[in-house]
Amino acid sequence: MRGSGKPERESALLEIENLHASVEGREILRGIDLRVNVGEVHAVMGPNGSGKSTLAQVIGGHPAYAVTAGSVLYQGKDLLAMKPEERAREGVFLAFQYPVAIRGITNAYFLRSALNAVRKARGQEELGPVEFMDALEDKLKVIGWDDSYLNRPVNDGFSGGEKKRNEILQLAVLEPKLAILDETDSGLDIDALKTVAHTVDKLRRPESATVLVTHYYRILTHITPDFVHVLSGGRIVKSGTKELALELEEKGYDWLREEAAVG
Amino acid sequence: MTAAVDAREHHLALFKAFAGNGAAGSPAWLRDLRGQAIARFAELGFPSTKQEEWRFTSVAPIAETTFALSHGRDAPGVTASALAPYWIAGPGAIRLVFVNGTFAPALSAAAELPRGVRAGSLRAALASDAELAQRHLARHADYQTSPFAALNTAFLSDGAFVYVPAGVELERPIEVVFAVATDGEREALVAHPRTLVIVERGARATVLESYVAPQGGVYWTNAVTEIALAQGARLEHYRIQRESREAYQVATTHATQDRDTVLRLHPVALGAALARHDLRTELAGTGGELILNGLYLLRGRQHADHHTVIDHAQPHCASHEYFNGLLGEQAHGVFNGRIIVRPGAQRTDSKQTNNNLLLSADARADSQPQLEIYADDVKCTHGSTVGPLDETALYYLRSRGLAAETAAGMLTYGFAAEILGRMEHAAVRDELDRVIRGRLADRTRGGRRGAT
Repeated sequence: MRGSGKPERESALLEIENLHASVEGREILRGIDLRVNVGEVHAVMGPNGSGKSTLAQVIGGHPAYAVTAGSVLYQGKDLLAMKPEERAREGVFLAFQYPVAIRGITNAYFLRSALNAVRKARGQEELGPVEFMDALEDKLKVIGWDDSYLNRPVNDGFSGGEKKRNEILQLAVLEPKLAILDETDSGLDIDALKTVAHTVDKLRRPESATVLVTHYYRILTHITPDFVHVLSGGRIVKSGTKELALELEEKGYDWLREEAAVG
Repeated sequence: MTAAVDAREHHLALFKAFAGNGAAGSPAWLRDLRGQAIARFAELGFPSTKQEEWRFTSVAPIAETTFALSHGRDAPGVTASALAPYWIAGPGAIRLVFVNGTFAPALSAAAELPRGVRAGSLRAALASDAELAQRHLARHADYQTSPFAALNTAFLSDGAFVYVPAGVELERPIEVVFAVATDGEREALVAHPRTLVIVERGARATVLESYVAPQGGVYWTNAVTEIALAQGARLEHYRIQRESREAYQVATTHATQDRDTVLRLHPVALGAALARHDLRTELAGTGGELILNGLYLLRGRQHADHHTVIDHAQPHCASHEYFNGLLGEQAHGVFNGRIIVRPGAQRTDSKQTNNNLLLSADARADSQPQLEIYADDVKCTHGSTVGPLDETALYYLRSRGLAAETAAGMLTYGFAAEILGRMEHAAVRDELDRVIRGRLADRTRGGRRGAT
């Protein structure tokens, strides 16, 4: 999928070609082609079971998913050959649909360890606890949190909405080039959705790109996508601009499935 | 069975010598108590794995060893500088040190105590506070059902005595250290340390028991601790077991909680080849609260068995029990958590969790909850897990840039840190954190031998 009117190759951040992937021997992705250039926002939509989350997890490097064919290039490099931590250090960030609780480890310690791992890979100096807290102050403000969340164990006892905000806090701290948000909007009430969406929008930089994986249109009212892709049966069956998302909102996904079956 | 019978005879013979020797000068009530206890031990003998309570833990290594009593053995090698690395509670602590079961005032750090507070040798208290001692000794730790409590009671001669009178809030922690010296001994020693902690109405204290072995070696500690909390009392109690990796420890901790008391127990087992801890608390008055927050961190062929009983005898009490086990190499952790809710103990709120992290394919954990509920208006939950590090959690951490090894280390440490996080005394928590980080770093180094 090419972004029209954008410069070619040199601005490509992510290039996915004919990607096939399976989990537990079951094929979920059946030939995905997708290109994301810097500065763009893409929305990947589709019904449950269409392969949206699998696509996100394959980009993240989840060990349970096996890539059986195709290629994924990130900044021209073979992303699939990288370990999950290498992808993170290169600037790939996946906001989890189901963030994991880490017992006994405070959010502050976790965030600082993650940031320092990324900074080290970038050749930057690691931050001590005090410098880190200073750097964090603005990020906390952006998501509307006080520092009480920093002394709690990572996601442990967090509500669904708090977990999603915590993912966005990590996004803000790690400043990735490519952010994949896997159903970050699901399970949020309207206010939380607004905060999360506006934060993501605010964090956008000209040299970065965002992929929103979502079931619903509503987050796209806060972040306008440049491109919308519809996934069904492990393939992208339709691509377009934000008008496509509106059409999906009105008509649902069934007509696309039928269209795909006929085609 | 013959070995067990021989072992029983051996301890009876030791008792005869003990009763006819240094213990003869004791008050009549104590002599009677010892006599009843040794008689009960003679009846019970050492338990076998055929008994349900001992199914996973064989005490054969203890029964098959010929021990000599440690009481009164000189230990010139156990000096202040040899013990200093083991201090946990920081420089401000009131410290009571016992070597080979006997109070060592030269190694202890006495302090000016608030009026009426006692923190010292139990042997001295048997004379100076005879009425108090008599009122509480062997009233909480029942020796009728436990041969080990019976044996400890039979050999009762010294230990720690802590008494906090009504209304006193003792800020400084009391650190009780039991050390066994094996240096120059030809025989394996057995120590029977006793601790009695009494916190009166509305009083408050922090007590830490520590079991250490600056000289290592094979020996047996058979400890009993009794805790009595009067109405409205609060006690934060730590128990750090760092016996020699070749040693045996059997321990009994029994607490009785009156109305509106708060007891926070933190048993931490790091040492011994074979360790068994029976922990029982009775919520004997309404409005009582218990936090039982334990950790066992084992490696090599270490075996640690925790049997806990929380007895909700009265209504409106809460007990929250958390035990985490980290098991490396061929270590074996056993947890048995029994919760009894007596008839009429309505509005009981009881929660129990036991999580075991297996750090090697050969490590093993057995976890058994036992709920006995005889009241209908109660909230009781329990859960236990046994398994390796969670793959999804590892992936989550790696997806944030942490190397696989760093992520595994963080999750492992977090498993222990979760328990440390519930400890209120900052100096104790920090020192334990340091000890546990050191232990885990050790493990990682050892673990690399077999890796890739």
